[in-house]
Amino acid sequence: MHLRRVVATRYAKRAVLIALAAAAAGACGDARGAPALKVEGGDAARGERAIAAYGCGTCHMIPGIREATGMVGPPLTAFARRTIIAGRMPNTADALVRWIRTPQEVDPGTAMPDLNVTERDAKDIAAYLYTLR
Amino acid sequence: MKRRGGIGRTCAESLALAALSASCAGAPSIFSSAGSAAHRIGVLGWILTSIAIAVTVIVAAVLLGALVRSRAGQGEEVQRARGGVRWIVIGGVIAPAVILVAAFLFSVLTQSALADSPLRTMPTVQVIGHRWWWEVRYPDAPGQPVVSANELHVVAGRRVRLELTSADVIHSFWVPRLAGKTDLIPGQHNTMWMEADRPGTFWGECAEYCGVQHAHMNLVVVAETPEQHDAWLAAQNAVANAPTDSVAKRGQIVFERAACASCHTVRGSKAQGRIGPDLTHLESRRTIAAGTFPNTRGNLAGWIANAQTLKPGSGMPTIALPAADSRALLAYLETLR
Ligand code: HEC
Ligand code: HEC
Ligand SMILES: [Cu+2]
Repeated sequence: MHLRRVVATRYAKRAVLIALAAAAAGACGDARGAPALKVEGGDAARGERAIAAYGCGTCHMIPGIREATGMVGPPLTAFARRTIIAGRMPNTADALVRWIRTPQEVDPGTAMPDLNVTERDAKDIAAYLYTLR
Repeated sequence: MKRRGGIGRTCAESLALAALSASCAGAPSIFSSAGSAAHRIGVLGWILTSIAIAVTVIVAAVLLGALVRSRAGQGEEVQRARGGVRWIVIGGVIAPAVILVAAFLFSVLTQSALADSPLRTMPTVQVIGHRWWWEVRYPDAPGQPVVSANELHVVAGRRVRLELTSADVIHSFWVPRLAGKTDLIPGQHNTMWMEADRPGTFWGECAEYCGVQHAHMNLVVVAETPEQHDAWLAAQNAVANAPTDSVAKRGQIVFERAACASCHTVRGSKAQGRIGPDLTHLESRRTIAAGTFPNTRGNLAGWIANAQTLKPGSGMPTIALPAADSRALLAYLETLR
């Protein structure tokens, strides 16, 4: 009787833990445990158009963008799962926006030129890149 | 026209080429003609399409009728008595003959009406097809002849005579909204005329399979007012100014050392190559690589760094340069306005 109660509480605890873990993973938006990457005020649909307009695709392979087959820079596939940007900064929304706007300031001499991307366009582009899982 | 910083200003400024080819310029279809030659072709197109639809509908109706009737179980005698053979002669021989002859006559009439225009009095533009880009020359321009690529400027409402030839294989010049197709044949000069009845940009493409990058051999026709056209010609006529900025100066040295100059001309500099497009006023063009990419800083940087990835087989090699040289080169190309 006593033993049964102990086992039962143990199972109940485990169930609660699993439920909590699942909820936490859900909150992060990705069951793989990757951090949630969101850009405040970024519009992915607009970003898709901005990528085409600025011409990022001639240097990067970017899923979902027409003619984006470039192989000068790294392919931006599954960008929401990338941990480091340009081999230097942790992949956060702020760092990504900064990189897109001023790569020459972040990493002087890199082959990615400054493209005079506006703040708003950079946020939209970042939002689009974070839709790539 | 250069797009820099910010999107969403004018249509042509902000959108990618798909948009330039579709919405900004209007769908490149013969049914949305924007010039006198294309109007006639549009009418012919409608008539031929209507005939085809009518014939399809009538044949389908008769076929359906026959299927339904045969169900009624009538014998062969009855069918014959209803004049089966007559149906075949009228519907299968006489009607098609009349329709085909009429369609043929109408095509010939359209063609002769298009040919019947005094070409000699029109200003000439020479278009030379290359795998896979268009060389465009304006021999009538005041001063030295103007040479450009992948963009053809005309005055809206004025007919222009096109002299077409090819430097390699057969291509075909086609701007669906402005005129019919004419082939560019090596060793031969075909002529045609074209007119845009309003200012605007019109998408054109190669209409004769010419090799792997045939699909990336497009051009833009820009119809403008006489004043705009004169200003444009005068600007194109000028040679390139030597760069003043130190990075761009370094870029010019890279351009002349890294083989670019052996294939490209920049009038007013040492670069006098004749293999690729004239780059003297590159920045004034809307697209690069024959309509493949909008002419933006990003696309230009990507194109000079990996042309063979973007347009495999094209005459432009990929030349890997140190990053500093590429950026200097980019700065130099951006001075070619
Ligand atoms: C001329 C070629 C070129 C163009 C144009 C270009 N990039 Fe890059 N990009 C690069 C190169 C090269 C790198 C690698 C830089 C490094 O690691 O220092 C890079 C790195 C990146 C990275 C980091 C990738 C990673 O995996 O770490 C992102 C994100 C990026 N670029 C986005 C863009 C966006 C957005 C645009 C358009 C606004 C753009 N790039 C235009 C060449 C280019
Ligand atoms: C072997 C000859 C060759 C060399 C060398 C060469 N190019 Fe080109 N280039 C071409 C050809 C051919 C084209 C047209 C390609 C096409 O559209 O298919 C072209 C296209 C271009 C264009 C686009 C022009 C337009 O209006 O569409 C630019 C810009 C350009 N080249 C720059 C360069 C630079 C910079 C270099 C040196 C790093 C260079 N080229 C070296 C042959 C060459
Ligand atoms: Cu072709």
